[in-house]
Amino acid sequence: MSDRSKNSHPLLSIDGIEVVYDPSILGVADVSLHVDRGEIIAFIGANGAGKSTTLKAISGIAGTERARITKGDILLDQVSIAGMAPHRLTKSKKVVHVLEGRHVFSHLTVEENLRSGAFLRKPSRRQMEADIEEIYSWLPRLKDKRKIAAGLCSGGEQQMLAIGRALLTKPELVLLDEPSMGLAPIIVDEVFEIISRLNRELGMSFLVAEQDMRVSLAHAHRAYVVANGHVVLQGSAEDLAARDDLHDIYLGIAEAA
Amino acid sequence: MGFMALFLETLIGGVLAGTMYSLVAIGFVLIFKASGVFNYAQGAMLLFSALLFVTLLKLGWPIPLALFATMVVTVIGALAIERIVLRPLANRSTMTLFLATLGLSFVIEGLAQGIMGTEVHALNLGVEDLPIFWGDILISQFDLYAAGVAITLTLLLALFFNKTRIGVSLRAVADDAGAAQSIGINLNFIWQVVWAVSALVGLVAGLAWGARQGVSFNLSLVVLKALPVLIIGGFTSIGGAIIAGVIVGAAEALAETYLGPIVGGGIQFWFAYFLALIFLFIRPTGLFGDAEIERV
Repeated sequence: MSDRSKNSHPLLSIDGIEVVYDPSILGVADVSLHVDRGEIIAFIGANGAGKSTTLKAISGIAGTERARITKGDILLDQVSIAGMAPHRLTKSKKVVHVLEGRHVFSHLTVEENLRSGAFLRKPSRRQMEADIEEIYSWLPRLKDKRKIAAGLCSGGEQQMLAIGRALLTKPELVLLDEPSMGLAPIIVDEVFEIISRLNRELGMSFLVAEQDMRVSLAHAHRAYVVANGHVVLQGSAEDLAARDDLHDIYLGIAEAA
Repeated sequence: MGFMALFLETLIGGVLAGTMYSLVAIGFVLIFKASGVFNYAQGAMLLFSALLFVTLLKLGWPIPLALFATMVVTVIGALAIERIVLRPLANRSTMTLFLATLGLSFVIEGLAQGIMGTEVHALNLGVEDLPIFWGDILISQFDLYAAGVAITLTLLLALFFNKTRIGVSLRAVADDAGAAQSIGINLNFIWQVVWAVSALVGLVAGLAWGARQGVSFNLSLVVLKALPVLIIGGFTSIGGAIIAGVIVGAAEALAETYLGPIVGGGIQFWFAYFLALIFLFIRPTGLFGDAEIERV
């Protein structure tokens, strides 16, 4: 890696991490992956494979759930961020985590949810309005619902809101945990379409944990398959989508050849 | 005095006295909403600030200076409690947190009385408790002031929660602490703010109660008055705390006047709990407690 020029190093690089929940439950055994600038990476695996734990280890939320990185390291721009507090990571490193299951602030209005995403930047009132209008242009569904309590929005709207709120932190890397969860296929396509556009037009990088192989491989550049806490397969999204044995590998019942 | 006049006088007196319960309950709601901690030490904090204020007055400090010093010490104390006791226990069970604050309440009471003495101090805030007559009906001037303070405080808090960056962050943390962290909200900072604000609310409540019944150890027992208010209003709603305080105040006063003679008096010591028990049966989240907002 030392022969790489300075601007070709990966944005995010995970190097053989093991994550253990308090007191001694193994969440992730051995995961290595990297995300280059401007890439969408699909991180595919079944329930319990270790996807969420990996994302939480990156964002630092694992630390607040009494989990620790016991082996390996996580580098962002070649600097270790392992164990960094989530609010510091989002503020100073421009990494934001959209949690599995959406987690909007259900008693706050849609617009208050969006505002809260911009708080860490402490924007002026005018800047805040401009930023929120920009989000509405990306996610027009939200504009009609702006005064409504987020908890009353549909699942698709809540997923868009969670993404919009995260975008207001002005991230370079978005960790997206299972955006398809519980959504109708047509809404899932809409969400991924927006992710692709954000990636193409703003150069934003995404690490997307997904169970839905079809849609995530269709939109990603590269993909990693994780099973039982290990990365078992990696490659370009096209190559992976073409494999016949992908489903068995995904379920952890076949070894990658 | 006619039946109607007696009824109204009892009701108004009860409502006004009830706002004093609300003041105490708000301090609980703030911390519980943001961090899930039922801070039993709220009563001890309230006693501590009232005792400190009285002691400074006795030393000859002018009221504004004594008030300012008490505010500063109270806030620093609350920040220290959050940092030293509660933060290391974050994510522990509700019972662990409750027991920590229970222990804390004895430590604070002990320290306060050790340093400042155990005798009962009169606290004069310069508000005479003169009766005001409104037609036939007698209203306590002090209670009117206390109600005014409670209402002002509530309005200020409502503005803070709805219009400021920190206030909205605080509601965000109350809704979903994990999601709040994920967008860069610093939970530790929010908890510090909430403890500080709660301590200031406790200070106001402590002065109001201290002026009414004297500053002594008994002041920390107003916690027990706040508990039924919290059950009725919901542990997570400031508006609920206000309304439930008023309900409890009015119900106690009416019960004492009309049921008291039948059962031999002393009703106000337990009537609030009786009421709270009924609410637990019919509406366990309280009048305004957060039921999950969910679309079906």
